[in-house]
Amino acid sequence: MELYILWLRQIRRYSRSKSRIIGAVGQPLLFLLALGYGIGSIYQRAGGGSYIEFLVPGIIIQTALFGAIFWGINVIWDKQFGFLKETLVAPVSRLRILSGSALGGATTTVFQAVLVFFISFILGFRPVNWAATPLALVVVILFAFALACFGAGIAAIVSDFQGFQAINQFLIFPLYFLSSALFPIEFAPPALKFIASINPVSYTVDALRALLAGQSHFGLGLDLLVLGATVIVLTTFGVFCFKRIEA
Amino acid sequence: MKDMHAVISADHLTKKFKDFTAVDDISFAVNRGEIFAFLGPNGAGKSTTIKMLTTLLRPTGGEIEIAGHNVLTEQDAARSSFGIVFQDPSLDDELTAYENMELHAVLYRVPRKEMKQRITELLKLVELDKRQDGQVKTFSGGMKRRLEIARGLLHHPHVLFLDEPTLGLDTQTRNLLWDYVKKLNKSENMTIFLTTHYLEEAEMVANRIAIIDHGKIIASGTTPELLKQTGSKNLEGAYLKLTGKSLRDEEVSAREAFRMRAQARRAR
Repeated sequence: MELYILWLRQIRRYSRSKSRIIGAVGQPLLFLLALGYGIGSIYQRAGGGSYIEFLVPGIIIQTALFGAIFWGINVIWDKQFGFLKETLVAPVSRLRILSGSALGGATTTVFQAVLVFFISFILGFRPVNWAATPLALVVVILFAFALACFGAGIAAIVSDFQGFQAINQFLIFPLYFLSSALFPIEFAPPALKFIASINPVSYTVDALRALLAGQSHFGLGLDLLVLGATVIVLTTFGVFCFKRIEA
Repeated sequence: MKDMHAVISADHLTKKFKDFTAVDDISFAVNRGEIFAFLGPNGAGKSTTIKMLTTLLRPTGGEIEIAGHNVLTEQDAARSSFGIVFQDPSLDDELTAYENMELHAVLYRVPRKEMKQRITELLKLVELDKRQDGQVKTFSGGMKRRLEIARGLLHHPHVLFLDEPTLGLDTQTRNLLWDYVKKLNKSENMTIFLTTHYLEEAEMVANRIAIIDHGKIIASGTTPELLKQTGSKNLEGAYLKLTGKSLRDEEVSAREAFRMRAQARRAR
């Protein structure tokens, strides 16, 4: 029941802010159009095949990554504007407060990712195998939940919004752009290739690409293994930080 | 300090922030059914004490019991036994009044059958029943305060903490609030622990008063006792004699600074 009401709170808040829905889908859409059309033709001429097919899984992960992290900002607002105290004095463990809220955050994020998935159909994207899409959905759900926990954990330990933005600039942006989301790492210079192959985001993108576009660099087995480890590390970190909140 | 009738007892309670001692080895007890006022200048340690009593801050040393539960080791049991109205707002502005109440009811495990009725009754009591489906962000400061009070009472707590509950309220709302608090105290034998800067309010409602300054309790007793002790005519006189007339600086935390900036931005 507690988990449900905390989840419901996130859903209610989300459904009431239409601008957030549009904003959150707008950014990946811009990427999809600019890169998909802008680089697509040259990618094809270089013998890479359909860039849209390559790009869409990356953009879906982008939606999930930034959506979930920005959801973490919620916790900063809750902290700044006092609502967090109401939940912290309630006879409910911090673990349950975080899980219920992060489930809500993950739900709205996954909703956005699914929206981007369907919008990409207009640009001609089709999953190679519909039977693999449920597993793709599971990948996105796990990834979004782990990042929502991580974002909430970060929000718990930084004292203001500026601190969160610094982490966003120096951690989340590099993690995304230095992954296999936007370019094939086979042809990247060795340094970039190295960074991308130790970046867990690359493996999630690769898993989704294997499931939706039938292309994989690391192999789906390794992808899922790394994803599993990432989920465990990020949620543990989030729970650890969130438990230490003092108001 | 252990007392059979005590519903709140603090024993050698201390809180240090790095090299600053906010609360310095204080002990006190509040009896069941008492209205207890905790007074002191800004930065004296009132809010820090309330935060420790309500499990929001971990004391550096000392013991606290609320309704027979050790606040440090039996957090959940202690949390179920009190309600609190915080000094600053703690509502979700995006949710409606009813939804805020509902969330609280579920977190405090109010039986599902009683939930709806209790919420409606309390909203009626604070005269917000007609606005129950309005988003809280459309409410005035006084309405929000009333909603917070209703919410604090939803799970029938043994102890109600009121941290400067009348700050920024008009006279009508203040009177309504204190009348209601006194009524609850009588009818439910609910213990009230309050802080306020309005000494005439403390004089009017409190059975017993403690004055804290520089982290230490410097006086406690009933109003007549405090007046006698200091040879003053009213509580304000006694208070000023005890705490002096100098002004206090209070550290503004990053969080408060942020909130102030955000409010200034909104007001623009």
